[in-house]
Amino acid sequence: MNWMDIGAIDDIPLRGARIIRTALGCVALFRTDLNEVFATSDRCPHKGGPLSEGIVHGKSVTCPLHSWVFSLETGQAQGADVGQIATYAVQVSQGRILLDARDLTKRSAA
Amino acid sequence: MTQNLVVIGAGMASGRAIELLLNQHPHLYHVTLFGAEPRGNYNRIMLSPVLSGEKTYDDIVTHDAAWYAVHNVTCRFGETVTKIDRDRKVVISAGGETPYDKLLIATGSAPFMIPVAGRDLPGVMAYRDLDDTNKMIAVSAKPGGSAVVIGGGLLGLEAAAGLKLRGMNVTVIHIMGHLMERQLDPAAGYLLQRELTSRGIHVHCKGATKAILGHGKVEAVTLEDGTTYPADIVVMAVGIRPEIRLATDAHLEIGRGIVVNDQMVTSDPNILAVGECVEHNKQLFGLVAPLYDQAKVVAKTLAGENAAFQPVQTATKLKVTGCDLFSAGDFAESDTREDIVFRDPSRGVYKRLVIENDKLIGAVMYGDTADGNWFFGLIKDGTGIAPMRDTLIFGPAFQGGTQPDPLAAVAALPPEAEICGCNGICKGKIVTAIAGGARTLDDIRAQTKASSSCGTCTGLVEQVLAVTLGADFVLPTAKPICKCTDLTHEDVRRLIKSQELKSQPAVWQTLGWKTPNGCPTCRPAVNFYLLADWPLEYVDDAQSRFVNERNHANIQKDGTYSVVPRMWGGLTNPRELRAIADAADKYNVPTVKVTGGQRIDLLGVRKEDLPAMWADLNRAGLVSGHAYSKGLRTVKTCVGTDHCRFGTQDSTGLGVKLERRLWGAWTPHKVKLAVSGCPRNCAESTCKDVGIICVDSGFEVGVGGAAGMDLKHTEPLCKVPTEAEAIAVTVAFVQLYRENAKYLDRPYKWLAKVGLPWVQARVVADLTERAALIARFDLSQTIYQKDPWAERSNATAMQAFAPMADLTLEAAE
Repeated sequence: MNWMDIGAIDDIPLRGARIIRTALGCVALFRTDLNEVFATSDRCPHKGGPLSEGIVHGKSVTCPLHSWVFSLETGQAQGADVGQIATYAVQVSQGRILLDARDLTKRSAA
Repeated sequence: MTQNLVVIGAGMASGRAIELLLNQHPHLYHVTLFGAEPRGNYNRIMLSPVLSGEKTYDDIVTHDAAWYAVHNVTCRFGETVTKIDRDRKVVISAGGETPYDKLLIATGSAPFMIPVAGRDLPGVMAYRDLDDTNKMIAVSAKPGGSAVVIGGGLLGLEAAAGLKLRGMNVTVIHIMGHLMERQLDPAAGYLLQRELTSRGIHVHCKGATKAILGHGKVEAVTLEDGTTYPADIVVMAVGIRPEIRLATDAHLEIGRGIVVNDQMVTSDPNILAVGECVEHNKQLFGLVAPLYDQAKVVAKTLAGENAAFQPVQTATKLKVTGCDLFSAGDFAESDTREDIVFRDPSRGVYKRLVIENDKLIGAVMYGDTADGNWFFGLIKDGTGIAPMRDTLIFGPAFQGGTQPDPLAAVAALPPEAEICGCNGICKGKIVTAIAGGARTLDDIRAQTKASSSCGTCTGLVEQVLAVTLGADFVLPTAKPICKCTDLTHEDVRRLIKSQELKSQPAVWQTLGWKTPNGCPTCRPAVNFYLLADWPLEYVDDAQSRFVNERNHANIQKDGTYSVVPRMWGGLTNPRELRAIADAADKYNVPTVKVTGGQRIDLLGVRKEDLPAMWADLNRAGLVSGHAYSKGLRTVKTCVGTDHCRFGTQDSTGLGVKLERRLWGAWTPHKVKLAVSGCPRNCAESTCKDVGIICVDSGFEVGVGGAAGMDLKHTEPLCKVPTEAEAIAVTVAFVQLYRENAKYLDRPYKWLAKVGLPWVQARVVADLTERAALIARFDLSQTIYQKDPWAERSNATAMQAFAPMADLTLEAAE
């Protein structure tokens, strides 16, 4: 594990999201109603919608373009849609968001 | 041998007593009737309709000159009795002495005038008789006059309502915490106050009058708390007390009133008393029912028959300016008493039953008093209510040995029973429509209009369908908002208002949401309902908004955004156009397009560039065009009288004024307006949510047009002569839509549900309601009419729109 301090949890709105740029594309950081933080790929596998702009409900997010719903825990598309987004290990410690950056800081060519 | 009966006082009680006596025993007495007023007997209860102009004095006369002549009653109206000489059995008046064998005192009551400075000024009056009423009518003839009514009891409120109907500005000052505190509990008093306020009557509770001010005539009333109300007339209606001066001087036994026994005889066996001047068993009487009971006893006693006055409980069922009130029995709170309360504040219905020892002892009802007499019967009879306690508050329709079956109740309704109050549709008409082939609620709505206005009778209409069609009718299940709840949009809107839910957690918790915090379907709807109903209390939640409204720009398929500055009424100028061109250059905008709503669209902007670009546009005076919002989008105009040779009015100017008034307001769905300067309709007003067409004589306001998925011509809302009125009805319409429509229903869909007449009644016909709608809209605008671009063109916002971190930089190290 390579825990990297990304910022304060309060930088993400409650039931909202922010993005970070990485070598593998944008990663979305979600903050749920219960102050859990999840990290997933920001890109919807359907048409590439920015998931960080979706509405966060429970432990799910709904894509703003065509309303696909993804579990933030598993990255699985919910309901009738079939798809998967990458999820990343993340934890909150003393109000700071720590992301496992091993995969994300690798050069994409690696 | 005929005896002499002298009656002092020509009021309702003595009038009834004389009538009963003479009808039964026409020759027993010769009656002489003294009355202080220069006229005969009239129905004093009906003075309020005389004041309001709904009736005339002639309508309320109970005994006219002809009646007195036929019954041989000697009338001495306008002649005041000054003394009773019991020893010589005569009464003394200006006309001399009149001997009596029996005397009936019916001097009634005198209004209580509170002892404050200025109470003798001309213009300060009580509200007791026709002269008072006529004085009030005379003062109210002055346009724009102000009236202060001191006393928020029944009489004061009737005076206030009458003066309001006569066109005065009316303030009611009431010393207690709520109106009609003797008949109503605080909750019902509050509903009544709300109703009166919505009718334009100002109510000031807990107000103690300090002084009445004026030089030579009344000019104002000032209260202990420092408030001062201007007044051309002051009506004191703080209470009455028995008029007992004659009886006191004659040394009859007096308590608070003239003491009588069960036969209505005073301490002098030849003298009887009746009415408001009487005290019986330490009790005084003011309402008409017990006075009539007393009159019966008086007539029998005078005829030498046995009778005894037994005061019974009295129910008050009154109509104050159309407010339905009922109260009966005792409804003070106590440890041994229990309450059953039913509230539906959005319908303005409140019912409270007070129970002690399994018996109903009191009932207060407001808004729906249909079952009042049934409850009153239970109180009077002391019926044990334990077996029906569960459904007691729902009234007699739900009582009986079997489980309540609403279908049976509907089946039992006669054909002339009214089902839809808004449109006046009775059961028979609906049954006829069903016989003619109607099979669904929509059929009934289309063919009879029943249930097409406010919708509260929808359940009843469905039950009529079910009863009439039997198994052929499948009750449609109401469609819930989403899987988070079983409630419909309409349910949730109603409950947010009625239960005063002012936050999303309150909605989820109170209404039993099945998910922890909703879903993308219900969250934006609930967020809108809350901010529309509670503009001051609720804080808008950006995370419950679709991305476009959160980022104040329209997301495009590649995740970039489009930016549309507002151009008021479609007007722009070279400076704005240069700023737009500069922004397009600076932020590498790939596409610049003119929209259908007379705006310029800059497409393909990156999210992180939005705040800076907005700041640049702001500097040129441009603000957000809200091209992304469920709110006012655009007001499209033609050039009108400015340039066009056909223009009849300043359509551009009106469009700009409308847009400046309405921008920033959130609505259930987007709202687009247009103003055309003549019927050629170059601004395409006839397919807008609100479309105005200017004509020589004014402005034709149409609503409910559409040119999207559905194509629909506007329906005519009204035609108004002035620009100001065109703006007023538009604002009121938008607010009515904001308050009532389902989220994501455009106005035309909402109109199809409630019906144009329902909207017209509130926005066009009822000026008070129109003003109230506008006031609520303007209140909301104090919170929401803010340029989101200006609010976000700062360092904090720019940071929030940028990535939280950039790991590509670390990777490159």
